[in-house]
Amino acid sequence: MARARFDFRTRARFDVRAQPGFGTIALFTFALLYLPIVTLVVYAFNASDSLSSWGGFSLHWFAAAAQNQSVQDAAWRSLIIAASAATMATIAATMAALATTRTPPYPGLSFKYAFINLPLMVPEIVTAVALLIVFAKVKVWTGYSGLGYLILAHTAFCIPFAYLPIRARLEGMDQSLERAAADLYATPWQVFRRVTLPLLRPGIIAGFMLAFVISLDDVVISEFVKSGGQDTLPTYMLGQLRRAVTPEINAIAAAFLVLSVALVTVFFFINRKKA
Amino acid sequence: MPEPAAVPDSRIAVECRGIVKQFGEGPRALRALDNVSVAIRENEFFTLLGPSGCGKTTLLRMIAGFEYPSEGSIRLHGEDIAGLPPFKRPINTVFQSYALFPHLTVWENVAFGLQMLGRPKGEIASRVAEMLKLVHMEELAQRRTDEISGGQGQRVALARALAPAPKVLLLDEPLSALDYKLRKEMQIELKRMQSETGITFIFVTHDQEEALTMSDRIAVMSKGKVLQIGTPWDIYDKPAERFVADFIGETNFLPAAMVGIEAGLARVRLPSGVEMSATLADGYVPSSEATLVVRPEHARVVASGGQLSGLVENVVYFGTDTHIHVRLDEGFTFMVRQQNSRSQSCGAEVGARVGIEIAPDAAQVLRD
Repeated sequence: MARARFDFRTRARFDVRAQPGFGTIALFTFALLYLPIVTLVVYAFNASDSLSSWGGFSLHWFAAAAQNQSVQDAAWRSLIIAASAATMATIAATMAALATTRTPPYPGLSFKYAFINLPLMVPEIVTAVALLIVFAKVKVWTGYSGLGYLILAHTAFCIPFAYLPIRARLEGMDQSLERAAADLYATPWQVFRRVTLPLLRPGIIAGFMLAFVISLDDVVISEFVKSGGQDTLPTYMLGQLRRAVTPEINAIAAAFLVLSVALVTVFFFINRKKA
Repeated sequence: MPEPAAVPDSRIAVECRGIVKQFGEGPRALRALDNVSVAIRENEFFTLLGPSGCGKTTLLRMIAGFEYPSEGSIRLHGEDIAGLPPFKRPINTVFQSYALFPHLTVWENVAFGLQMLGRPKGEIASRVAEMLKLVHMEELAQRRTDEISGGQGQRVALARALAPAPKVLLLDEPLSALDYKLRKEMQIELKRMQSETGITFIFVTHDQEEALTMSDRIAVMSKGKVLQIGTPWDIYDKPAERFVADFIGETNFLPAAMVGIEAGLARVRLPSGVEMSATLADGYVPSSEATLVVRPEHARVVASGGQLSGLVENVVYFGTDTHIHVRLDEGFTFMVRQQNSRSQSCGAEVGARVGIEIAPDAAQVLRD
């Protein structure tokens, strides 16, 4: 009731939609955002080899991309890295979120927030170069040159993305629920298993989803960290663009787009049901 | 204030002794509890009463184990529990917000404590059924907690806390979210459950009426201190301090001169020069001046005579009774509460000159 009254009063005073030029600016913004993507998707169905001249409708390039072994490998690699990195990042982020919201505030806590979110602030290229140098040394010492480096690097920059929704969920949770569980003879571990974790699930799913998508489309860090023959889908596409460009790249991009949107949608619905 | 020595230690359920809770250090330190001692008897409905910020909830949380005292001891049937975590104390809490688990059904909420204690499934099922029956919630056992009303949530919270048969049940303003009528019903329900289960209830409230109607004994708290412990009758009729008298019910304060003390009764001289006898608060410190408390219903307005006199300033009709505010000749205002009857008016007109007759033994001398 109070809310309805509030809405009414703000609308009476100021409504952004009634401002002159609002519609034009909105249309322009949407065009700017989506026209390039629409063009890209349309040309994925182009029958000719050109990116700029339309040669009729065809699914040829999708078939070509699907049969291309390099594309298959890169896509598979991307999914493995994203799944592993998002899982590890979500676990680490959950622990970090618990530690930063379930202890009474103490000096240095805000410093820890900043520290956890550091990857959001450090320019990606700096992280990439730093990791390149460190991993080069580690490769020499250990002789290992598998996907582990990419997974670790992705985990590191995914943590803050997983952390933010999980922490938000924990902060919004009524702490008397956990107190009530403890009062009813639940040990700290049981409180976590039986109360905190089930209530935190939507936050964890959201965190995982964000981390997964962020990992999936990373270019800069992957480009620096990957060893030979370890192309992810984005770095493969970047590599292709340097050579002969065909609508196959459009087809890959379009498929990638559909996959991302589908993932986000699925997670969104899971989340909404649980919450 | 000293406890009556008649109660043997074995009948004390919870004893808090010399509890101090300090938040922060140095000059900005805040003493939430300042040397609080209370002894709560077995099977007692004990109420911690005071305004918000008086420390009553902090004390309750300490008994539950959510806070630890800076100093002092908390004993449960003689055993020191001050250092035990909440899950090791045979004490359950009904939270102000109820704190029902939103991901569990009513049944699962009530079963939670028993499951954590590792009780066999059959026992849990029968105990939960028994508890749901106690709070009249059998039909809603499979509901989610967001599908029940506030009053029902209150009952579930109560059943959940009672299910493990705790030695002591703590209730943190559990009725404050309910509307007036439901609150009245729950007051009677709570009283019934306490006598049916035989569990010691420690109840926190800022509502003096609730405290008076439900409690066996009340501890009145203010600013981190316990001012008085006693039966509702003690607290209302024999307040020890100005705060207690003022916080509970309406009251008249009169300055008086102490004439003498004889056989436990004080002889005081009222501002009008009339002398009368008055009871003395526990822990009274002798002094030549005294503050006298007279409850408004223990005095009546008379056409002439009485110990005090003045002009009627205001007459307020309340249905069951009428409040008559009299400006005394000495300048103080005195309020009289008179029962209404259908045939008669209260007999006081605004501006009329009246006397006030204080019933014998109705006046009490405060300790401060």
